[in-house]
Amino acid sequence: MINTKNITKKFGKLTALDNVSVTFSKGECIALLGPNGCGKTTLIKTLLGMVVPNSGSIYFNNELIAGKWQYRSHIGYMPQIGRYPENMTIANVIDMMKDIRKGSDKNPDEELIDAFGLKKMMNKKMSTLSGGTTQKVSAALAFMFHPDVLILDEPTAGLDPLSSEKLKQKIIKEKQNGKLILITSHILSELDDLITEVFYMQEGKLLFHKKLSTLKEETGEIKLAKAIGKIMKEPVDY
Amino acid sequence: MKKILKYVIVDIVQNKIVLIYTLLLLLISFTVFNVEDNAAKGMLSLLNIVLIIVPLICIIFSTIYIYNSSEFIELLVSQPVKRRTIWLSIFSGLASSLSIAFFIGAGIPILLYHADATGFMMIAMGLFLTIVFVSIAMLAAGITRDKAKGIGLSILLWLYFSLIFDALVLFLLFQFQDYPLENAMVVFSFLNPIDLSRIQILLQMDISALMGYTGAVFREFFGSNTGILLSFVGLFIWIVFPIMISMRKFKRKDL
Repeated sequence: MINTKNITKKFGKLTALDNVSVTFSKGECIALLGPNGCGKTTLIKTLLGMVVPNSGSIYFNNELIAGKWQYRSHIGYMPQIGRYPENMTIANVIDMMKDIRKGSDKNPDEELIDAFGLKKMMNKKMSTLSGGTTQKVSAALAFMFHPDVLILDEPTAGLDPLSSEKLKQKIIKEKQNGKLILITSHILSELDDLITEVFYMQEGKLLFHKKLSTLKEETGEIKLAKAIGKIMKEPVDY
Repeated sequence: MKKILKYVIVDIVQNKIVLIYTLLLLLISFTVFNVEDNAAKGMLSLLNIVLIIVPLICIIFSTIYIYNSSEFIELLVSQPVKRRTIWLSIFSGLASSLSIAFFIGAGIPILLYHADATGFMMIAMGLFLTIVFVSIAMLAAGITRDKAKGIGLSILLWLYFSLIFDALVLFLLFQFQDYPLENAMVVFSFLNPIDLSRIQILLQMDISALMGYTGAVFREFFGSNTGILLSFVGLFIWIVFPIMISMRKFKRKDL
């Protein structure tokens, strides 16, 4: 579904992505893992066309995405830190998104809006919202238009346990609908029952991309957190 | 395009600064026409407003507005929207709302007190300058990431077009006063949209006789229909060029 070939992105001297080639296929739920600053968010942003790579190519459904925009109607994106026009209310933002994506979807999915109780505060301005509430708005928007691909950048950071659980249930539901889901998170324990593949990056390079089951077998651990911990401790010889 | 433009315009209207700008222009226009005993003198005072204040307000407001829309831009870039559409919508939103503000604030008083060729030319030039300086603001904000730098660049550009450019031309004129520079002056004036507008309005006011021989050359060139057409083309290029460069930059910008 999404292929990248040798993408490299440099920010000045820093190489954020170093020759990354990956294939993400339909129906998988993939965890993008790695230490802070390893290029996870940059990778996500290049997939969305928000960051333009210096070299390499990205294909969405076998079509080159450079300069294209239509393919983004198949993607729901939840940013790590959602930034919204400050003097718009939640209702304004949601209406604007519906208006912009109207063509692609006549029947928006408002399940998360209800689940998070956003209905009550529709008239609050974005600038007055807490970090957690902003995250809820981001999540609701990402799922709203039945996208084939969901890209969630630290979805549960800042959410209370109850909301975080609701979001998790929603992710599992969408996964069962056969959608491609990319998640970055540092809370490994909550990924256990979500993901099918692990994609591990370090200093802009892809270290490994494996099935969760293979990873567990190789390390002999049942929990993802322990398996990753084992790998991070060992000298890597990939 | 229309959808995004709608949100930009609603946002600018809610901002209220454009409204205050309109009222300020209205106040100034009615004052100059009522204080002076003949409307022609009022036009002369208004000329300076059109040539100095309008570009200043347009460039500063637009630059700050573009930086403040960074969230809006960021939100839209991850959606199925062309970058070109986002950038052009912001440009059109700014250009149209500031043009309407100018037309209501200065255009209507001019039409009421001085509805002749001079008046029409002044309105046309005011509208052109409004759009040109929005376009230049898009360029300034498009090439600098830092807000303070971008606003500083805008102020410098305004200063350049309204003061420094003329000083440079004068300097050249004095340095090379032994040579016939009249034709070169015509070319120079195309390098500055404010000068182009000033010349067109002054020629309509019929005081080019005060400008000596250069004035006669100007009259001959800019006073003719071809000259007027060429000035309009020149101003049009001043609109298109900065916005095109900033667009190319924006298309490759990392957000």
